[in-house]
Amino acid sequence: MRRKLWLVMGVVALAALSVSCVSNASQDALKPQGPYAQEINNLFTSVFWIAAAIFFLVEGVLVLFVVKYRHRMGRTEIPPQIHGNTRLEIAWTILPALILAGVAVPTVATIWDLAGKPTGDVMHVTVIGHQFWWEYRYTDPDMKTASGNPITTANVMVIPENKTVYLSIEAEPKDIPVGETVIHSFWIPELAGTQDAVPGRTNHIYMQADHPGTYWGQCKELCGLSHANMRTKVVAETATDFATWVAAQQAPAARSGDLLAQRGAEVFAGGQCILCHTIDGLQTAAGNPVAGIGGPNLTHFASRDCFAGCTFRTNPDELRKWLADPPARKPGAAMPNYHLSEDQINALVAYLLSLN
Amino acid sequence: MASVSVPAEGARPRGLLRRPTATTGVWSWITTVDHKRIGLLYGATALLFFLIGGTEALFIRLQLAEPNGQVLSADTYNQFFTMHGLTMIFFVVMPLSAAFFNYLIPLMIGARDVAFPRLNAFSYWAFLAGGLFLYSSFFLGGAPNNGWFSYQPLAETSAGNGANFYAAGLIITGLASTVSAVNLAVTIINMRAPGMTLFRMPVFIWMGLTVQLLLAFSLPIITVALFEMLFDKRFGTHFFDPKTGGDPVLWQHLFWLFGHPEVYVLILPAMGIVSEVLPVFARKPLFGYQFVVFAGIAIGFIGFGVWVHHMFAVGLGPVANTAFAVSTMIIAVPTGIKIFNWMGTLWRGDLRFTTAMMFAIGFVGLFVIGGLSGVTHAVVPSDFQQTDTYYIVAHFHYVLFAGAIFGLFAGLYYWWPKAFGRRLSEGWGKAHFWLMFVGANLTFGPMHMLGLQGMPRRIYTYPARLGLGFWNLVATIGAFTIALSVLVFLANVIVTSRKAAQHEADPWDGRTLEWTTSSPPPPYNFEEIPAVHSLDDHWHRKYAEGKGGTLVPVPAGGADHHAEAQSGGHGIHLPGPSYYPIVASIGLPIIGYGVVYPKLWWLAIAGAVVLLVGLYGWALEPSAE
Repeated sequence: MRRKLWLVMGVVALAALSVSCVSNASQDALKPQGPYAQEINNLFTSVFWIAAAIFFLVEGVLVLFVVKYRHRMGRTEIPPQIHGNTRLEIAWTILPALILAGVAVPTVATIWDLAGKPTGDVMHVTVIGHQFWWEYRYTDPDMKTASGNPITTANVMVIPENKTVYLSIEAEPKDIPVGETVIHSFWIPELAGTQDAVPGRTNHIYMQADHPGTYWGQCKELCGLSHANMRTKVVAETATDFATWVAAQQAPAARSGDLLAQRGAEVFAGGQCILCHTIDGLQTAAGNPVAGIGGPNLTHFASRDCFAGCTFRTNPDELRKWLADPPARKPGAAMPNYHLSEDQINALVAYLLSLN
Repeated sequence: MASVSVPAEGARPRGLLRRPTATTGVWSWITTVDHKRIGLLYGATALLFFLIGGTEALFIRLQLAEPNGQVLSADTYNQFFTMHGLTMIFFVVMPLSAAFFNYLIPLMIGARDVAFPRLNAFSYWAFLAGGLFLYSSFFLGGAPNNGWFSYQPLAETSAGNGANFYAAGLIITGLASTVSAVNLAVTIINMRAPGMTLFRMPVFIWMGLTVQLLLAFSLPIITVALFEMLFDKRFGTHFFDPKTGGDPVLWQHLFWLFGHPEVYVLILPAMGIVSEVLPVFARKPLFGYQFVVFAGIAIGFIGFGVWVHHMFAVGLGPVANTAFAVSTMIIAVPTGIKIFNWMGTLWRGDLRFTTAMMFAIGFVGLFVIGGLSGVTHAVVPSDFQQTDTYYIVAHFHYVLFAGAIFGLFAGLYYWWPKAFGRRLSEGWGKAHFWLMFVGANLTFGPMHMLGLQGMPRRIYTYPARLGLGFWNLVATIGAFTIALSVLVFLANVIVTSRKAAQHEADPWDGRTLEWTTSSPPPPYNFEEIPAVHSLDDHWHRKYAEGKGGTLVPVPAGGADHHAEAQSGGHGIHLPGPSYYPIVASIGLPIIGYGVVYPKLWWLAIAGAVVLLVGLYGWALEPSAE
């Protein structure tokens, strides 16, 4: 009966493996898409097969013993009283230790490999975890905008393919009054392993994508009510497309000729939005730049196809629902419900969607 | 008990109050200091909490059964998974282990009770008080919702009183466990029967001693951390909040420096139980007794040196990560030794597949999975992917559910006839085992895949695009299979309790001292304190080793070299029951409410007064005789 069960379990495991291969999971640690994720996966795969061999060996012997030494009807004789065997004990102390030593060597080598300092042509991006969204700042000198600040985006990080990106991972600075300063954890499984974003510390990881594509990730450390809604994605582009993207991001915000969008810009610059959001190139009625802190930089909002922790697609419908009551859409969101009128929402939606 | 605790007529005892004298009814349970009754109280309470924590798990699984689940709100979900973890660790596995330790340590070492019987009662009541205190938070504005690990600064900055209840509640139960740890360690060291040298102790007792020492050294660490957290929250100190110069990583070090030994606190009792059950039903001594003992001690010792493997992604640097990767791999060696020795015990045995035996073998088979996945966490770069995903959830449920809970169920089936004089039904028992075995694998097996495919822990919802729906549904079906198996167990208990008691002293042909006395044992355990001559003493009274290691039964009455112990069942000194342990423990949650609610600060003083009245009454209580 037990043997049959193991058989069934084996079949289930095989089925599981095959199903997993055809599923469309898009933040899959088993599908590395760059050298750093690949290095980790190679290590995991080899350890996995060692573990699998030990698993089948141990379970096989266990099942064999259970079948072979089961009580037979009518047996009254007491089995031989074996108290142990010192040679065996020494053997099964040393053998596992040797196997583990074999695992430890590539483990330690990879730990140090991944922790090395960057050399050569590397792009630098600072990743900042907020409640509940990721902010990306392109800190290289050639990535400054017209106003002299680093290109700053939210939720979507665009990188060039085949180029090493050296990430500095931080939590929201403690002096920012929006949301709480808590620990997050940054994870794009197809491109790199995890690093925590710890208040007061800066951690580093490397990331690289072999091909253009979209690689999803999300926050891994419980950070509050919308921990599950703190998603993000990395978009890798060809060198040319990336250069185009950089140029577009360096430009100030677009000024739309659309009347409704212009009305939206007025609502934006005249309301509470400017406390937390920055829009490069937009000015308040008094002529001050719109440069709030703590919320996502919206200068090129419409160039990103998702918003609010990549929980919603960037489209008029989702934006309307969001502006009507953010905390209802995303529990614990720092942006309050401003009880905007229908007209204000329509104008804001038109304006935000013009910011490409 | 009356026969040994009623004072001589006319002789008014000194002190404030007479000691209670009830031997039946509710008061006898409230005032009991009998380690067996306290063990049963621990067990019953733990099973009750098991049902509550299990129900929380079912709600979690319902919410995650499909993408974008709508069963629970984000806040309720966070409360449920936090309380599920806290409940299963602090109010199920720990007290269920404590139930076995309380009930069995004196019986297995040949003592009449634990070293400090009233302290033992206090441990139980304080544990219960802590549990009820923590659960009252559900009705007082919301339970803790920051995970059982309560990372700072999230917990300190979270709204509501949940985190305060967490800190105060765990301090209370931690106090209960610390007191109990000292009590049981002293009992094992000082109260063994004549002839029971350390290396004639059953492995279960060895694991008991190891666990008590782990608790005694690790609980103070978390207690300090919890006090610091409470101070931060209530009095504005700056231990953990980076806004005020505190260090959130300090919390993680303190928490895991407790938290990892705690893992062994949860698993070693089950390993001890399995080490008792396998030999009895294989009808062979435990293979490599000394190695199993030393491996257990080694696990306990090394368990204090691996805590950073919970923090590989924190950014402590490659030196720290290397050191703790290696120490974590080292701990796999003694764990392997235990597994191999259990298999050696089965080798050439005469295996009787009772329910207890099936749970014990199930433990060995499934624990291997948890052990192997544990090694993959020690591979730091690989852990960079797995950490904080469902892969981890899968790993520790194989260790703590398929491991600890299976082991504890093996113990329940094995020692049930000792405690209640009746064997649990084998038919229901086997249905229970197979349902739980299938359920556990259905629930926790797919979680490995979910984690690797990108499902982080502690998320109340996930989008359909990740393709995680199928395995989540399977896991949910598995969870309900487990729930069904627990219902089968409860039915078994009810069915069994209606049968006439058999009162078999030694139903399994056991090996250890508890099987020498009647079932259930008398309040004084043994009419005469047994004199011990070997490991597995009871077995050697029944069987003599013939030529070539074969055994022959000793004729009845043939082993009378054991009859030399003290004379008669008379004049046995037993501690009398007492009101004061429960009085003292009631003071603790009252202090807790005073700490949680600033406006009710006077409750803290009132609770302290109750505690002091209890302690003074305790100290001044007249002795029973």
